[in-house]
Amino acid sequence: MNAKLILGITAALSLTTALPVQAGTDLDAKTAAIIKRDFRDKGIAKVERLNQDELQAACSKYKDDVPVDMKVKLEDEQLKQIKWPADGILVGDWKAGEKLAQSGKGLTWSDKEGDPAGGNCYNCHQLSSTEIAYGTIGPSLLHYAKKKGGLEKAQRRAYGRIYNAKAYNACANMPRFGHIGILTEAQIKDLVALLVDPESPVNK
Amino acid sequence: MNISNVSKVFLVLSLSTSYAAMAAEGDVSDSDRIAQYREMIADGNPAEFDEMAGEELWKTPAGPKKATLEKCNLGKGPGVVKGAYAALPRYFKDTRKVQDLESRLLTCMTTLQGIPEEQITAKPFSSDQKKSDISSLATYVVGQSKGIKMAVSLKHPKEKEAYEIGQRIFYYRAGPYDFACSTCHATSDVRIRMQDLPNFNVQKDAQAAYTSWPAYRVSQGLTRSFQWRLNDCFRQQRFPEPKFASEATIALTMFLAVNANGAEYAGPGLKR
Ligand code: HEC
Ligand code: HEC
Repeated sequence: MNAKLILGITAALSLTTALPVQAGTDLDAKTAAIIKRDFRDKGIAKVERLNQDELQAACSKYKDDVPVDMKVKLEDEQLKQIKWPADGILVGDWKAGEKLAQSGKGLTWSDKEGDPAGGNCYNCHQLSSTEIAYGTIGPSLLHYAKKKGGLEKAQRRAYGRIYNAKAYNACANMPRFGHIGILTEAQIKDLVALLVDPESPVNK
Repeated sequence: MNISNVSKVFLVLSLSTSYAAMAAEGDVSDSDRIAQYREMIADGNPAEFDEMAGEELWKTPAGPKKATLEKCNLGKGPGVVKGAYAALPRYFKDTRKVQDLESRLLTCMTTLQGIPEEQITAKPFSSDQKKSDISSLATYVVGQSKGIKMAVSLKHPKEKEAYEIGQRIFYYRAGPYDFACSTCHATSDVRIRMQDLPNFNVQKDAQAAYTSWPAYRVSQGLTRSFQWRLNDCFRQQRFPEPKFASEATIALTMFLAVNANGAEYAGPGLKR
């Protein structure tokens, strides 16, 4: 083994060496105090945003890998709170949905109070074969209707997940668009249409 | 900077239009394009202007005390700039704190030169209107670590503690989108739109990312400091604003820097 390799290996090991369980909870408390102290309001982004709900706190504590029983409990709680449309209709206008999916705007300190938020969907997902500037943090949603077992099933699946992706996977990396109120019910319907409508670029 | 370097910079500026055209085509990946671009201007990064401006600031008496920063101790002894950045953040006995480059520069500017801290932190980042002195100073200092191996220490208990706190901040989910740094930077080979995202838990990603900052941003026409990079990622995270050179940002920097240990520092870098 050459010296360079050994160096590389020791450096790689040092990546994973944590402190001996040196009062981990002390450090948690210290971290919380530092976070509370070291941020300030900027524009619409106020320090209150740093207060975690139960789900955020659990995912942070376990580095997105919460124990199974806790995961199930968190998901149940999120699922119960999904508001399904009272009129029973899950789809809107896919063209409006495409516009929302393209828009990466919303809720940063450079956005203004009352500016409408976009969906940021293309930031993380492939949706159509025509838009090649798509991100890959989330799975590809191309041909969603076909992949998810036809219209009706796909509609319900899409609505639930856009409304609250954490109801299906507690520490998913996707925002809870309906639950938090980032998007309205009508907007979520437009996005469902984008995903399931046979005429939408997603299914072409 | 000599004439030939100046003309290189003009070349850079004119190339930036064709770069934008390439970006619009979108058939080459972002990283490929940046690699091509880097090659084109390999020996003429416009950040050199800021390095020179920073060196000038370092050596020119300023502040109520009319002092230079030439006695500033960045960890290698008073006035030693060479290699200092490759060992930062670190614990400093005089302040009894772990400090990153920018917070250490703040210490020197306030103690040696007598410049009030609020004056420096009011506008710590450069804008089109005005370059920030502390940002230029940082660019000068990092340039003196080019080619030197990153060796950030975890020996002092406070250094270890900063690393541990930084890791916790890295995973701290909050805000309307439930984002943490880990949302975007703890998975390999993912991107947002066309921008590749480094996975900071993987050594080679952490090394490539960390050692290329501060960087000249072609799209902004400015050299950006590491504190700026963190600030803009917190913005994308939908968080409120981190205070400049605060303990939270230093701890986070400690976490990222240690993960980059072993690589040669390669900045100031050049980015889209
Ligand atoms: C920050 C990243 C991110 C953004 C923004 C995002 N998603 Fe997702 N999305 C994900 C991830 C990650 C998953 C996988 C969730 C999991 O772990 O279960 C996902 C899953 C989904 C699913 C479920 C796929 C399935 O298997 O049925 C749908 C539908 C979806 N996203 C639609 C959208 C739409 C529409 C938008 C825009 C309003 C959007 N996403 C915005 C990251 C994102
Ligand atoms: C919502 C997405 C998102 C979040 C959350 C996020 N980042 Fe980033 N980060 C990005 C993007 C996109 C880039 C590439 C930016 C560019 O090239 O303009 C980036 C780039 C970086 C870079 C420079 C990498 C390089 O190679 O140039 C660093 C360092 C970084 N992020 C650190 C962080 C830290 C630390 C946090 C948490 C405080 C964080 N990021 C949170 C999206 C994010």
